[in-house]
Amino acid sequence: MKGFFFVLTALCVMGLAVWAYQQNYATQASLRDVNTLRDDISALREKANVLRAEWAYLNRPERLADLADLNFDRLGLLPLRPDHFQRIEHVSYPVEPLEPVTVPIEVMSRLGADQ
Amino acid sequence: MTRTPLRPLARILAARQSGQDPDQIERENLAIRHEADRDGARDRAEGRLLVMGVLFFCAFSLVALRMGGLAASDPSEPRAAASGAQIVAARADITDRNGRILATNLTTHSLYAQPPLMVDRERAARELAKIFPDLDEDRLVRQFTGARKFIWIKRRISPEQQQAVFDIGDPGLLFGPREMRLYPNGKLAAHVLGGAGFGREGVSSAEVIGVAGIEKAMDATLRDPGRGDQPLALSLDLTVQAAVERVLEGGMRLMNAKGASAVLMDAHTGEIISLASLPDFDPNNRPRPLTEGDPGDSPLFNRAVQGVYELGSVFKIFTAAQAIEEKVVSRSTMIDTKGPLRWGRHKIRDFRNYGKALSLEDVIVKSSNIGTARVALMMGTEKQQDFYAALGLLDATPVELIEAGGAKPLLTKNWSDITTMTASYGHGISVSPLHVATAYASLLNGGQQVTPTLLKRSETQLGPRIVSEDTSRQAREMLRAVVARGTASFGDVQGYAVGGKTGTADKPKATGGYYDEKVIATFASVFPAHDPKYILVVTLDEPVETSGKEPRRTAGWTAVPVAAEVIRRAAPLLGLAPGVEPQPAYGVTLTSN
Repeated sequence: MKGFFFVLTALCVMGLAVWAYQQNYATQASLRDVNTLRDDISALREKANVLRAEWAYLNRPERLADLADLNFDRLGLLPLRPDHFQRIEHVSYPVEPLEPVTVPIEVMSRLGADQ
Repeated sequence: MTRTPLRPLARILAARQSGQDPDQIERENLAIRHEADRDGARDRAEGRLLVMGVLFFCAFSLVALRMGGLAASDPSEPRAAASGAQIVAARADITDRNGRILATNLTTHSLYAQPPLMVDRERAARELAKIFPDLDEDRLVRQFTGARKFIWIKRRISPEQQQAVFDIGDPGLLFGPREMRLYPNGKLAAHVLGGAGFGREGVSSAEVIGVAGIEKAMDATLRDPGRGDQPLALSLDLTVQAAVERVLEGGMRLMNAKGASAVLMDAHTGEIISLASLPDFDPNNRPRPLTEGDPGDSPLFNRAVQGVYELGSVFKIFTAAQAIEEKVVSRSTMIDTKGPLRWGRHKIRDFRNYGKALSLEDVIVKSSNIGTARVALMMGTEKQQDFYAALGLLDATPVELIEAGGAKPLLTKNWSDITTMTASYGHGISVSPLHVATAYASLLNGGQQVTPTLLKRSETQLGPRIVSEDTSRQAREMLRAVVARGTASFGDVQGYAVGGKTGTADKPKATGGYYDEKVIATFASVFPAHDPKYILVVTLDEPVETSGKEPRRTAGWTAVPVAAEVIRRAAPLLGLAPGVEPQPAYGVTLTSN
């Protein structure tokens, strides 16, 4: 009985050692992954920053004004003026399309009735 | 284990035979056994103590080793911990009130040389001079062949230049990363942003520090790593700023002015929507300050904040409003305007003779110096000083620009009666256009003090009350009358009910006295006058309008049309729809029968 427990304990220790060994390497691998991801994130962040800066540069008011001047006629642009404001009530609702008439309806006409 | 019996039979029998007490033998044996037990217990205890000692020694050694290791090694970020609040080392971006970028960072490279590592020094110098035309080849050769082991060649280079230098292929030419401050909108809002430069520099990094404007004033905030990547939101509106600058530049050219400035402010919050000063500069490439001549002529000079001028008649409304508030006069009280008004050896004149007397409203509408001076005298010096202080006209503006603190209003040392009289119409007191905008906002928004700011505010901040709601309304109505039928008739923009006051002041000579033909023309306005939302102050430096027979310099002909155009362009961008101005009620009283 004693011998059995001894062997069992030894097996347990070996099993734990294998588990710890694997965990150690798995952790190291995850940490490496995390590091790579961090690097990727910072590289992407930097890239996004450059793109944002470029976006801001391309949308600078000076350039947009020049582009607007260039395409003024082609796009039929107008300078924004105070009289372009309208109240929301002045915008009419779109006319709903007439649904197809499927049910016969009675139509009365006064045509000829007066004669 | 064999136990020694307490009463061994042999010894007991022997003792009995010899007549000794056999119990003594038992006690003796008991004592021996106790001793043995005690020795055993002591050994065990000592053994345990030893084990504990070894354990503690190991534990403390471990702690000591770990501490030594931590102290001796370089710190590193905890890698496995989940990142909570982000720490960003870069300088925070600056955006306008809608989140559009005004300043951001870009990673570029700097170029340096380590001559000991270089292969062909002459060739490297020759090629470098080809890539960078501003470098001198001979000087580079001298530097490379000298005793120095480290030389900065360029602070910032573009990716194309980097590739070209890389193609030289010399191992002694090296690059270090550099964060660079970029202002993508170029000259836009240059005076607000200021600019940035490098502080302490190393090979692998350099500090970016603000050198002027809000970059310097808010430097600590912008550099705070705890902000994460949260940008600093300004109160400026990029679109409005661009429109204002464009109109102002056109106006400055048309009016042949030397400089111009405009301040557009939210009347209730004190947020500055647009702050322009011309001539301007590109903050990406900030020019050096002038070493000779008047620093006020430099494009770096912020006329709207730093430029303190005698702004003239725009001050008259302060005097009139205070007089109404103090109930000294009412709007219709007739004021003596017979001129010239003599006071000691001083004479106060009007632009033209306005007859014997005008009502207070007409004093403002026609802009009579004499009338205003008389009203100011009725109230006295002390009250005027208190009122000007409440409007913020006697101290530097608290706006978040490093230049603002240096722009204190210029006042005479002893504030005598004659100073009271001249200060009532804006002479003998020099303030910046921003001061006037703040004072107008405080006076006209319903009478509560505002603090000017360049940072976006989420809620209205109402300061202490300066004048009553009613006085504020009357002041606005008088200003509206100035535009409707007075000196600022060009300022009437359809649908926006502009109210404002013109001011034309002769420029003081550096040697004393005033120029005859150099003026500062100002138009300070509020729109819409019946429901004040925005304050606009436009100032032109030395304008001349030459379309007529004689050159015209008054603000009504110069600053007012420019301001009107600014309002016409900026108001729709601010989302302000033109409205119908409520007409004053005609004397109809509704009665029931």
